[in-house]
Amino acid sequence: MKKKFALILLVLLTLTIVLGACSSTGKGDSSKITIGIAQDLEDSLDPHRAVAAGTKEVLFNVYEGLMKPAPDGSVIPAVAEKFEVSQDGKEYTFTLREGVKFHNGDPVKASDVKYSIEKIAGMMGDKPRISAFSLIEAVNIEDEKTIVIKLSEPNMELPYHLAMTNAAIIPESNKTPDTVAIGTGPYKFVSRSPQENIVMESFDDYWGDKPFIKDVIFKIEANADTLVMDLMGGSLDMFKHMTKTQVDQLDDNFRIYEGTANLVQALYLNNKEKPFDDIRVRQAMCYATDKEGVIKLAFDGKGVPIGSAVIPAFKKYYMPELNDVYTYDVEKAKELLKEAGYENGFNMTITVPSNYDPHVKTAEVLVEQYKKVGINAKLELVEWNSWLSDVYGDRKHQSTIVGTDPSSMTARAMLERYVSDSGKNFVNFSDERYDEIFKKAISTVDDEESTICYKQLETILTEKAASVYIQDMAEFVALNKKFDGYTFYPMYIIDVSKIKPAS
Amino acid sequence: MESIKKNKKLMAGIVITSIVFILAFTGKIYTPYDPNEMDSTAKMASSSLEHLLGCDNFGRDIFSRVISGLGNTMMIALGTVGMGVALGTIAGAVTGYYGGLLDEILMRFNDALLAFPSILLALLFISLIGAGKYNVILSLGIVFTPSYARIVRSEFLRVRNLDYVSSARLMGASDARVMFVHILPNAYRVMLSTIAIGFNNAVIAEAGMSFLGIGVQPPDASLGRMLSEAQTYLFVKPSYAFSIGLIIVLLILGFTFISEGLEEI
Repeated sequence: MKKKFALILLVLLTLTIVLGACSSTGKGDSSKITIGIAQDLEDSLDPHRAVAAGTKEVLFNVYEGLMKPAPDGSVIPAVAEKFEVSQDGKEYTFTLREGVKFHNGDPVKASDVKYSIEKIAGMMGDKPRISAFSLIEAVNIEDEKTIVIKLSEPNMELPYHLAMTNAAIIPESNKTPDTVAIGTGPYKFVSRSPQENIVMESFDDYWGDKPFIKDVIFKIEANADTLVMDLMGGSLDMFKHMTKTQVDQLDDNFRIYEGTANLVQALYLNNKEKPFDDIRVRQAMCYATDKEGVIKLAFDGKGVPIGSAVIPAFKKYYMPELNDVYTYDVEKAKELLKEAGYENGFNMTITVPSNYDPHVKTAEVLVEQYKKVGINAKLELVEWNSWLSDVYGDRKHQSTIVGTDPSSMTARAMLERYVSDSGKNFVNFSDERYDEIFKKAISTVDDEESTICYKQLETILTEKAASVYIQDMAEFVALNKKFDGYTFYPMYIIDVSKIKPAS
Repeated sequence: MESIKKNKKLMAGIVITSIVFILAFTGKIYTPYDPNEMDSTAKMASSSLEHLLGCDNFGRDIFSRVISGLGNTMMIALGTVGMGVALGTIAGAVTGYYGGLLDEILMRFNDALLAFPSILLALLFISLIGAGKYNVILSLGIVFTPSYARIVRSEFLRVRNLDYVSSARLMGASDARVMFVHILPNAYRVMLSTIAIGFNNAVIAEAGMSFLGIGVQPPDASLGRMLSEAQTYLFVKPSYAFSIGLIIVLLILGFTFISEGLEEI
């Protein structure tokens, strides 16, 4: 009897402990926010060397350039207060803002600006981190508050490029920007535990509007399956890239924001790898892809199908008609495959980063769709790290599904990766006419002419079927009701400084 | 035969296991729907006469996926056990029969393998040779080898100096013949129950590895893979995860009964 009683007591005790740990934190502390992110900042904390969209999304809060992006897609002055362009579009004069400080307490000097821009432009023996910066001939310090940037060719997009996280101003005194992040942004970097979290704290001496929330933790949440439970359990306050299915499972403790991810999600085909070196095969792949089907099956019908490499948010350049070039047509796909000599289909491998659940789901649907034209596709799930080094870096892949983001709010940022000699051209697309028009597009001072050029480039990508463009994914942001004020940008960034405690 | 019939555990085990085997076998030759075919009109459909267990997030028939996934899981488990038994028997026989330095070296190596947690070691192999169905069999097979090697070796140590073995040797039987024809049959009863347990461990290991995304690659089904997919919908459609969990439990239970029943004989 005594034994039985003791046993019951033990069970109750265990339950209390276990269930106690499950209780949600609910209301209360809103001076601290925990934001889930899909991957660690593995590439670099140095803003000039960061390549992954997910890294820049986080670093955006730490760093600023001379300019910074605004939620409406324009750029506003940041470290600089204002700028002037010369008549010929070859000389930019920036006036630095009074009282901007780095996170280590040092004021921003003209020499830091010169150092940063020269570093990005590759004037220190490196190759340019932002290709548009190769136009920069000289960065001159006029006086302590004035910087003049001289270009070899006229360029009207420079302020947009300067607003990228990749163009951030960092102190010259920081010799190890790879691991120690010092910027001028609203949040300062505190620590990083690999594969665990990145901790930030609001910067008291920030020149602009002070952020509302003091402590920010970016928690690495590589497993999409536990995401919903972690949000409901209270260990996460926010997650940015959620699907409709996940959002539907959340309770009413969350505010849901609906927007677009501003990514070009595509089945990127390696144009140098057989059989995708044949344009007919690539076109056949486009015809064999039922984008609506993908969106319906894997995304609950939310998402905007696209036909080229520009996202709909760039209204000026976006061409909706390109979406109708390859309408889903199994017969036509088979015909093209037959012409190309693949009457009986072929085997292919789709490499997908396993931590991006939407891409994995897309891949699963595509495998089924391609069966209908006789293509036998196999999935290969890889870790994000090996995706970066093997697929993106070494271009060792046959095809891959990811979303590419515009690193600045220009059409150039989306279209440059298809230039033959671009370092970002991981699909190995190569077309002489494309290269030529691209050169013309970036060198002209006439806005109308450059827009026409960019539109031609988009059309070429579609005609040559550089890849199978699928969609700009719908994106849902879940934010605990303790907070409010999440703001979308037409870029892949999380602006924590706009989030405030709910009133 | 009478003793087997009276052995309730063994009987229960055999019945449960036969049911599971029949399901898996059916899944190999016939499924009500193509397990990978998607249907946008049947997304997350609940149980009905058309779809016995309902449909998953892609509108794939869960019942079809369960029985075809069961087949994949069992294939991996059988492959793993087969490989482990083959390697383990050879290693155990050689070391137990000859003894000496070879015995020392192989058995210390064996101890080293046993010292690792098995899943961890399998993960290590996978990271070296890459994910996929056959690589999982290979790595789990290697990981499970030591346990069989030990049992076979101890049986050989016990039997190798018995009179009938010496006689066989005097009559000129080759070493291989003595090892595998005369001594090995003695080990079969101990082996049987170890195999049953080993099979269970293999099923769980496969489920674990596929759950982590390194076993069977999507879109193909396996029990572990499906369990990890079902996890997302735990709140919306608990029956999804539950049906897969149930099959895993049945599979394990059947073999556990068999192995316990065998020990009672």
